[in-house]
Amino acid sequence: MRGWLFVLPALAVYGVFVLRPLALTAQSSLYRWDGVGPSTWVGADNYVAVVTDPGLRDSLVHALLLVVAFAGGPVLLGLALATALRPGPSLVLVLPQAVPPVAAGLAWSVLLSSTGAVNRALEAVGLHGVARTWLGDSSTALAAVGVIGAWALLGVCTLLLSAGVRRLDPALYEAVRLDGARRWQEFRAVTLPGVRREVGVCVVITSLAALSSFDVVYVTTGGGPGGATSVPALEVFYLAFAEREVGLASALAVVLVVLVLAVIGPVLRWSR
Amino acid sequence: MQRPDLHRARLAVVALALLGIGCAAPGSDLTSTVDGPAVVSEPSCGTEPLTLRARFETGSALAGALADEFTRQHPNVTWDIREEQFDVLTRNAPRVLADDPPDLMRLPQVSDVAGAGLLRDLDGYARWFGWDRLPESQTRPLRVGPGGGPRGEGPLYATGLSTSVTGFFYDEELAARIGVREPTTLAELDDALARAQRAGVTPLAGFNGGATGGLTFPLQSLMGAYGSPEEIDDWTFQRPGARIDTPAGVEAARHLARWLAAGYFDPDLNATDYARMMDRFISGRALFMVNGDWESATLDRRMPGRAGFFLTPPLRAGEPRAAMAGPPSFGIAARAEHPDCAAVFLDWAVSDPVARDLVVRVGGARPLGGAATSSPVEPGSVTAATFAATDEVLAHDTAMDFIANATGSVYARSWTPQLQQLVEGEQTPEGLLARVQADYLDQIGG
Repeated sequence: MRGWLFVLPALAVYGVFVLRPLALTAQSSLYRWDGVGPSTWVGADNYVAVVTDPGLRDSLVHALLLVVAFAGGPVLLGLALATALRPGPSLVLVLPQAVPPVAAGLAWSVLLSSTGAVNRALEAVGLHGVARTWLGDSSTALAAVGVIGAWALLGVCTLLLSAGVRRLDPALYEAVRLDGARRWQEFRAVTLPGVRREVGVCVVITSLAALSSFDVVYVTTGGGPGGATSVPALEVFYLAFAEREVGLASALAVVLVVLVLAVIGPVLRWSR
Repeated sequence: MQRPDLHRARLAVVALALLGIGCAAPGSDLTSTVDGPAVVSEPSCGTEPLTLRARFETGSALAGALADEFTRQHPNVTWDIREEQFDVLTRNAPRVLADDPPDLMRLPQVSDVAGAGLLRDLDGYARWFGWDRLPESQTRPLRVGPGGGPRGEGPLYATGLSTSVTGFFYDEELAARIGVREPTTLAELDDALARAQRAGVTPLAGFNGGATGGLTFPLQSLMGAYGSPEEIDDWTFQRPGARIDTPAGVEAARHLARWLAAGYFDPDLNATDYARMMDRFISGRALFMVNGDWESATLDRRMPGRAGFFLTPPLRAGEPRAAMAGPPSFGIAARAEHPDCAAVFLDWAVSDPVARDLVVRVGGARPLGGAATSSPVEPGSVTAATFAATDEVLAHDTAMDFIANATGSVYARSWTPQLQQLVEGEQTPEGLLARVQADYLDQIGG
């Protein structure tokens, strides 16, 4: 029981700053409230709105698509880089992690603009037809945001995975090589099982970044064009502060929490 | 088997969480301290030292300059000014007015906060100072009916420092090179756009990227040419039964769609923000730009002698020309500490000769009320052109409020995404207005 006394301060802070807001959000989600005046009880209406409103539903789908880009890109590329550069990643690879997401978003929106470096490069190799305003075209905007997020997260994944790779016993590599394994077999038999935990952590970090993405989307597209890149966190922000629909915003936030747990839970169990 | 202390830990967590929630529903009833027009007897700032608390907009030098001058003339008044980005100011307005009410606050849209009882009814001051004799078109948008709507009637909840006007800015050098004169009809404007395109110049600088559907500017300008500004205001002010998808509205949207199809805007319109549009226009890469007189001073400074301005031309020559206009408006919090002194400041800003000079020199706008200004406006400057346009709009009473201000969310939720889809060809002009109208009814009905 005395152990509890020691934990109490931390638990109190956790309760006040994490659990209480979470509980208040869940409570607000059952009301119609403008954030200032009186509120009215609406029961589950806000949750019904979250799943029936096409705009809000789309934002949840976009978040799941971003998980594929944010997690898939950095984990696969990170694994390849970590394996190839077994001595350790160079500073260049970690650099994106040191750039604040807002700055990265601004820099990328210049690169991806109609006269930006990406289009110039495409035109230089004769791909005039491919060049476009990547962030201003509803068919490419979400993919472009995915690339920016993947770029920003590549560093941390490479760092984590190469730490994992370096931890592996070189004797294992020697053994499979004596058994006549090729590089790919070496990777499958030694590297991948060895860094399973690190892969798990990477997937968790990147999926969280995708599901709760806000800053990159806010500065590059603001959710546009025509709602093509709307994501739940941005919708929560607009609902609560522009439309003053605090109840609906809270319901969407709760759904987002559930979605995050549903995505992260299995990954954590797998990597354990 | 679960360990008992783990079980207890879970209980403790739940208990802690429950501790945080009261049983009451969120929010509270706001009891306004001001009911009905305040009875005003000689409002003044007195002689005792007092501090006016104000929330102004970052980047707008005028309010700060006026505050400094006011203190020079009224030494007992000092200021506690907090400047915030325009969208931050708008977004936080209800919370700020409820929790930490300033004396003066810059507010672009007053319905929500006035309806919630967070703003002071200024009718008493208006009668005392004679603000009710100001041009009606400039105060109409700031009147709010009971409970937040409709706008355009009822008590005054804010007042402006200057008039404002919007229309087409143009690059005089480019116009001379291409052989374009100020158009007097919409058809002539179309012709000028086509000539610019043939000359290899972007005809229209625009912005429609991210969360800012800047195409509302050209769209509403066209609506004003095809329809009547009163009808558009009825919609913006939420008068019962008003619609935006009128035949005139549809014609205007079709006209805009024709401009888009003709390629009169840059192809990256949906990725262009306001600053980039300004940059393109100022650097001489576009012939026209639909914008407002709040940029006159900047344009005179950054492209001296090169910028011109005309009001959106009408369908037939000689018809009155309409313009979007909304004075930069300031309100007084319902629970302000020094409402009288704040009102004295607002009146002083439009009546004191030095203040009126500041409005012209720093703000580049025509001061509200009174005919002429003592301040010299350089002939031939774009400021002079917007002043003349303002006078014309006031004389014909053809000013209209911005359609983006119709509800708190119609801009972000409806105009912006729908106009972006119009640019991409994913929405038709008819579909655009029908969708906005449906959203609007949903927003004001709820």
